[in-house]
Amino acid sequence: MKPKSLVNIDDYDKDDIMRIIDTACKFKKNPNRQLLKGKVCAALFFEPSTRTRLSFETAISRLEGRIVGFSDTATSSATKGESLKDTIMMVSNYTDLIIMRHHLEGSARYASEVSPIPIINAGDGSNQHPTQTMLDIFSIYETQKTLQNLTITIVGDLKYGRAVHSLIEGLSHFEPTFNFVAPEELKIPEKHKVFCDKKSIKYREFTEFSLESINDTDILYMTRVQRERFTDLMEYEKVKNIYILKNDMLKNSRDNLKILHPLPRVKEISQDVDENPKAYYFEQARNGIYARQAVICDLLGIEVNS
Amino acid sequence: MGKELQVAALESGTAIDHIPSDQLFKVVGLLRLQDLKNRITIGNNLGSRKMGTKGIIKISDKFFEEDEINRIALVAPKVKLNIIKNYEVVEKKRVTLPNIVIGIVKCNNPKCITNNEPMKTRFDVIDKDKVILQCHYCEIKINKEDIILSKGK
Ligand SMILES: [Zn+2]
Repeated sequence: MKPKSLVNIDDYDKDDIMRIIDTACKFKKNPNRQLLKGKVCAALFFEPSTRTRLSFETAISRLEGRIVGFSDTATSSATKGESLKDTIMMVSNYTDLIIMRHHLEGSARYASEVSPIPIINAGDGSNQHPTQTMLDIFSIYETQKTLQNLTITIVGDLKYGRAVHSLIEGLSHFEPTFNFVAPEELKIPEKHKVFCDKKSIKYREFTEFSLESINDTDILYMTRVQRERFTDLMEYEKVKNIYILKNDMLKNSRDNLKILHPLPRVKEISQDVDENPKAYYFEQARNGIYARQAVICDLLGIEVNS
Repeated sequence: MGKELQVAALESGTAIDHIPSDQLFKVVGLLRLQDLKNRITIGNNLGSRKMGTKGIIKISDKFFEEDEINRIALVAPKVKLNIIKNYEVVEKKRVTLPNIVIGIVKCNNPKCITNNEPMKTRFDVIDKDKVILQCHYCEIKINKEDIILSKGK
């Protein structure tokens, strides 16, 4: 059975992921369609996120749907003490689909349980952000023409990075090999390794951002290393210039290598990489439109022709 | 004989034996015994060869539903239940953790929706032996020693 809402990336099984990718490919060829004509989508951003909201709004606008909602709690009912349930019940009376971002973890799961219409989780605290994962996976598929048996190197903050955990989960259906590259303080948490072991997923850990981890990889997924994540600022000073990807580090990388980043980037990818055809992060952000169009139509049961 | 006399005999009802002394009042709370009008005998810090000390609760004319009594596996997984009718033990039972625990445990994550919305908590029991719970909403895992029972009804 197809999921009714998208709250967590593991709401999708392998077939669901492949179906969404297939649809996203169609939207990439032609993103301007009238599929959402007559539909009203709610974008409830209890916590502001300009980037995610823009992506969803573009996705919906290009399908000729309408959007209502709010994007900060100062104007929303939540500040008047209304419960999340009441807000969701009200909005679900008005609209066909709810996209929500909330600072509380589990909020989208709860909303999906009380709402009669589909919910898309656009981020619940540090927990889940599944459409980000879908656009990551779509970008990987698009650049590699497969998801099967790829080597994916994830670099940076593997401890707190929300995108990282979901990416591992989403790719777990496709027999990946992971390289986890992170400074000591931001190492991949034990629970993710336990997850990999349980699924018989191969992985290696590196505490140095070495060429060895770059050269044998198909996807290089960079993430931000933020100063505020460190308890030991000495450690931060030590690593802040090491976890930066520079163009000359890509000299011996595979031809099919592509570099991804969930954006915004700070300093972890040097500007000179942007010119390299292996840089794919801006295209990846663009893919967010198509992946979100695919998720929205899937949840609304709208068929998408090629 | 002396052992039997530690707590008065029960004509009919449920005796919960082998409760760790430090968990006794949590068991009382989990079963909401304070709301019952039945005759209840509670003994604590009684001698036990196996446990050092233990607690016993006897509740007259009360037979719990499975999911009601199984809650206490959260704090006292090794208790023994004696179902008594006519002064005789007609059934001996153990408690087993249910797969899902609803409404009785508090989530330890302050940023969890369940701590900010008038709603019931819900946990999946992901390890019955070690008693590890996972919040159905925020997904954090809670180990046995970190379990906090929720206060509300
Ligand atoms: Zn929780």
